[in-house]
Amino acid sequence: MSGHSNYEFKNPVVNWLDTRLPIFSLMKGQAMDFPSPKNLNYWWTFGGILATMLVVQLISGIVLAMHYTPHTSMAFDSVEHIMRDVNYGWLIRYMHANGASMFFVAVYIHIFRGLYYGSYKEPREVLWMLGVFIFIVMMATAFMGYVLPWGQMSFWGAKVITNLFSAVPYVGDYIVTLLWGGFSVDNPTLNRFFSLHYLLPFVLAALVFLHIWALHVPGNGNPTGVEVKSGADTIPFHPYYTMKDLFAIVVFLMVMAAFLFFAPNYMGHADNYIPANPLVTPAHIVPEWYFLPFYAILRSIPDKLFGVIAMFSSLLILLVLPWLDSSRVRSGKYRPIFKQLFWVFVLDCLVLGVVGGNPAEGHWLIIGRIATAYYFLHFIILLPLIGLLERPKPLPASISEDVLADSDTKNS
Amino acid sequence: MKKLFKSLALAGILGALMSPQALAAGDGPKPAKNFSFSFEGVFGTFDRAQLQRGLLVYKEVCSACHGLKRVYFRNLAEPGGPEFSVAQVKAIAAESEVKDGPNAEGEMFDRPGKPSDSFVPPYPNDEAAKAANNGALPPDLSLITKARSGWHGTLKSLYLYSLFNGSGGPEYVASLLSGYKEAPHGEEKEGLNYNPYFAGNWIAMSPPLSDDGVEYADGTKATVEQQAKDVAAFLAWAAEPKMEERKKLGLMVLLYMAVFSILLYLVKKAIWSNVKH
Repeated sequence: MSGHSNYEFKNPVVNWLDTRLPIFSLMKGQAMDFPSPKNLNYWWTFGGILATMLVVQLISGIVLAMHYTPHTSMAFDSVEHIMRDVNYGWLIRYMHANGASMFFVAVYIHIFRGLYYGSYKEPREVLWMLGVFIFIVMMATAFMGYVLPWGQMSFWGAKVITNLFSAVPYVGDYIVTLLWGGFSVDNPTLNRFFSLHYLLPFVLAALVFLHIWALHVPGNGNPTGVEVKSGADTIPFHPYYTMKDLFAIVVFLMVMAAFLFFAPNYMGHADNYIPANPLVTPAHIVPEWYFLPFYAILRSIPDKLFGVIAMFSSLLILLVLPWLDSSRVRSGKYRPIFKQLFWVFVLDCLVLGVVGGNPAEGHWLIIGRIATAYYFLHFIILLPLIGLLERPKPLPASISEDVLADSDTKNS
Repeated sequence: MKKLFKSLALAGILGALMSPQALAAGDGPKPAKNFSFSFEGVFGTFDRAQLQRGLLVYKEVCSACHGLKRVYFRNLAEPGGPEFSVAQVKAIAAESEVKDGPNAEGEMFDRPGKPSDSFVPPYPNDEAAKAANNGALPPDLSLITKARSGWHGTLKSLYLYSLFNGSGGPEYVASLLSGYKEAPHGEEKEGLNYNPYFAGNWIAMSPPLSDDGVEYADGTKATVEQQAKDVAAFLAWAAEPKMEERKKLGLMVLLYMAVFSILLYLVKKAIWSNVKH
C-alpha cells in the first residue's frame, strides 16, 4: 500500500499529483488491477455489499441526526416529527432502521461464508480477527441505535443489557453507573448512547479500512481454498469483480427495498411505538432479531455472571478459531465431515435465534441449553477433532485446473 | 445462475425466519381477525370515504377519552389521507377549542382551532385521564395501529403474509372494538369487560360502539363492525400518513432496480464471457 508509483498516467495533472501523493496508483493497484482469483462465487460479493451498507447507514444516520433530539422528553416525538413532517423523513428513517437489519443479514452471510470456506486460516488470521472486532463494534452500535427512539423496547432493552454488566465481580455496579450516567436508565444514558452511536460507525470505518488492508496483503481466498499459484488463476478486480459486486449489491438492495417500502416495521417490534415508560414493563422484553442467538445463550445459563461470560465467550471464541480448527485443508468443499457439521452449526444458530425470541421457560429453556452447549462443542471439541480424524477429498492442483474440470463436467 | 437462485432462496428463508413476532411465543391474546382493508398489499391505498367515516367515529366516540396528538388538522387535507378540502379542514379545526397564549397581557386564552393545530387531547395530563377512568389510562391513538401487533405468535406474522394481508395492527383495533364478549359465567369482574383480543382478556374500556351509534353522511349502514373497520382504517392512516407515498415510491424504486440489475447482469456476463470460471 505504499512506495513509489509504478504507473505513468497520461494526464499531466494526475501524474504530477501522483508522484507527490500516489493515491491514483494506489487506487489503480488496489481497486482496479488487484489480482483476484477467477473462481469467486456470489458468496464473495457480501464484502462489497457490507461496504455499501455501511455507507447507507452513515449517510442516512447523519441526516437523521440533523432532525433528532436526544432527550428523554423529546426523543420519541422527534422521531415522529421525522416520520411525519420532515421531507422524506419517513424514507430516511425506515432506510436506517431496515438498513441495520439488512446490514446484519449481510454480515451473518459473510461470517458463515468465512466459516465454510476456512477464510480464517493462515495467512488470513488477522483479517479474520479484525472481522470479529468489526462484528462486535457493529453490535454495540446497533444496540445503542435501537435505544435512541426511546420507545418501550428501547428503554427496557437498554435496561436489561446494561444491567448485565452488574454481574462483573467487585466493579460491576460502578460500570453500570458509568454506562447509565446515574442510578437508572435516564436522560444521561440516552445522551451518551447518542454520542457513542455517532462515534462508533467511524471506528467501524477505520476497522473496515484495516480489514481491507489485511485482505489485500494475502489477497482473496477462494472456494477451492487452494492459494493462487500463477497469473493464470487470477483476473483483475476491475472490471470483473466491480461488475459482479455491483450486480449483487443492486439485487441485495432490492431485497432491502421490499422491506423498506412494503413492510417497514416488519423487523421491528410493535412495543417500540409506545413511548418509554419506566413504570410499565412490557410482557416480553426481546432484543432485535440479530441479537437473539446471543440472548438465548445468555439466558440458558442459570447464573447471571456465567451467563454473561458465556454470551461474550460465544463471540470472543471466534478470535481463536484459526487455532481451533486443526485441519490443513482450507475449504469445506473438500472436507466431507466438516461440511455436514457446518450445516448442523448453522441450524444450531437458527435454533438459538428462535429460542432467544421465546420466553426462557419450559421446553424452550431445555432446547436453549442443548443448543448453547452444542455451539461451544462445535468450536472447542469438534473442530480440533475432525481436523485430525477426517480424510479430506483430493484438492485440485490449482484454481485453473479446478475451473477447467468444473466446466468439463458442465459441458458433458 | 443456478447458484444465484440457491442464494436467493436461502436469503428468502432467512428473511421469513427473521421476524421476532414470528419467533415469539403464542401465549398472548387471541390473534386478530383478518379484516380485509383497502390499504393492504403492494398497491393498497386508503379509501377516502372510509377515512372520513373513521374520523367521524373517532370524533363522536373515541375522542371522549383518547387523544390523537400527533395528527394535525392540516394533515386531513394532505394527499394520501381523507383528503378533505381546505375549507372543510378549517371547519373541522374550528370545532375544537385550543388553549393559546400568553397574550400581550400575559394571559392564556382559548380560541377556535386552526389547521396548524393538532388534535386536542381530552385530558390536560395523564393523571387527569386516570382519575376520570377508574385509574386506567386511555392511550393516545396516534400510533396505536403500529404499537399493537395483532398477528403476534402466529404464522400470519411471516413477511409474505403481512405483505398481502397487512401488518395486523389495524386488524387488532377492528377486532378489539367489535370483539367484546359476554364474560365466562361466574368470572365477571367489577369495572372490567371481557374481550378475548385484549392482552389479559379484561379491558377497562366498556364496549364503545353500538349499532347506529353514529350517523354516516354517505348513507353507509353504521353497524358495530362497520364502525370498527372505519375507525381502524382512519387510525392506520393517522399512524402512517405517508403510506401511499411510500408504496408508490417503492414500486418505482423496485422497477428501476429490476431493470438496472438485468442490465448489470448482462454487462457482467459479457465481460466475463472470455474467462473460464
